[in-house]
Amino acid sequence: MNIFVIMISSMLVSNVVLSQFLGICPFLGVSKKVETAAGMGAAVTFVITIASAITYPIYYFILEPLGLAYLETIAFILIIAALVQFVEMVLKKFMPPLYEALGVYLPLITTNCAVLGVAINNITNGLGFIDSVFTGLFTALGFLVSIVILASIREHIEFNNIPESFKGTPIVLVTASLMAIAFCGFAGLV
Amino acid sequence: MNNCTERLKNGIITENPTFVMMLGMCPTLAVTSSAMNGLGMGLTTTAVLVLSNAFISLLRKVIPDKVRIPAFIVVVASFVTIIQLLLQAFLPALNSALGVYIPLIVVNCIILGRAEAYASKNPVVPSIFDGLGMGLGFTVGLTLIGICREILGSGAIFGFQFIPEDFHITFFVLAPGAFLVLACLTAIQNKLKLPSATNVPGGDSSMACGGNCAQCTGASCVANKGIIEAERVAQKAAKAQAAKEAAAKAKAAKEAAAAKQAKGE
Repeated sequence: MNIFVIMISSMLVSNVVLSQFLGICPFLGVSKKVETAAGMGAAVTFVITIASAITYPIYYFILEPLGLAYLETIAFILIIAALVQFVEMVLKKFMPPLYEALGVYLPLITTNCAVLGVAINNITNGLGFIDSVFTGLFTALGFLVSIVILASIREHIEFNNIPESFKGTPIVLVTASLMAIAFCGFAGLV
Repeated sequence: MNNCTERLKNGIITENPTFVMMLGMCPTLAVTSSAMNGLGMGLTTTAVLVLSNAFISLLRKVIPDKVRIPAFIVVVASFVTIIQLLLQAFLPALNSALGVYIPLIVVNCIILGRAEAYASKNPVVPSIFDGLGMGLGFTVGLTLIGICREILGSGAIFGFQFIPEDFHITFFVLAPGAFLVLACLTAIQNKLKLPSATNVPGGDSSMACGGNCAQCTGASCVANKGIIEAERVAQKAAKAQAAKEAAAKAKAAKEAAAAKQAKGE
């Protein structure tokens, strides 16, 4: 039941992009086609889930006992950067098809603030290990859902008659705004 | 000194990170629900930017080229931690208003972008002024967006209320309002043909920056390069495929014509 609440709240109610504004750059940048958006979303899901599983023991078993909790920002960003490299190498070696699909997006994820944001939020909110991993997973799935929805809408508005000055980024931002209104409707769920 | 004032002008006007370069969109959208938050976030980022630019410029001959990005990240993260602890101690209200977005200054592309594009190649004093200019440009951008949203959403400027409560449009302080304000802003820029990342000529890539590397100064390009390269290869392959198909069609047509001729004879 608890996990169900986490799912609803981190995927829909406080959607990572549309209400927390994390990961805006890939959300606007890589959402022109549904396939690339889904690839980016899948890569982010993969990395955020692993990152939230790894930062938990690092914080509670290494940083906190040594009284180094204030180093969490430095430690986490380095862990995430190393993790992205590591995931890339492992995928290249053992799962070439998955690497083919996600490869281009992996280096972009280090600078995706959603990964660091989720890791820091997990610690700030004092979540346990299982809760942290599931929060990570469902937050990332929320990212996947919203970027795929945006990409599908963008594929359609490509053929519409948009006013000259709204072409390009402005219309994407208007779309995102309307999506954010729709996601506000989930606010009463939890 | 002329160089220094030029860097300041460049950061605040010519290459304003918010309005012209459109960098650091996450804090731009997230913390601008009021002018005060925007100003606080801008000044915090400025402090980090000036310190990290100065430090990276000092170390530019020591840091090996191959590991420069991780080295930059460690420097930036250290300064962010220092600033965060100072804010916790002296400005706890601002610290709790900005919340998670303070540690996230580490992944703000403006800071790494300036480190990579300017501080790692130039002496200390111009680098400091470059950081100051960029930081103030960012502060101006965030404060202006914050003022717009605060006036529309809660009828106030810097907490000073002057519009009665019945006329507030709460929508603009909420999440969707942030996207809408930014959309209108970029649309106005497009309309007036002002320089902006959204209306560069020849920007046809799916990247946010339009894939226009000639005018780019950001470090994110290193990462973006892969995608642009992949896009180019795909386009080339599609072209080759189309050419092949056209050739095959022409051949088939020729053969058909030849067969017709043979039949006719």
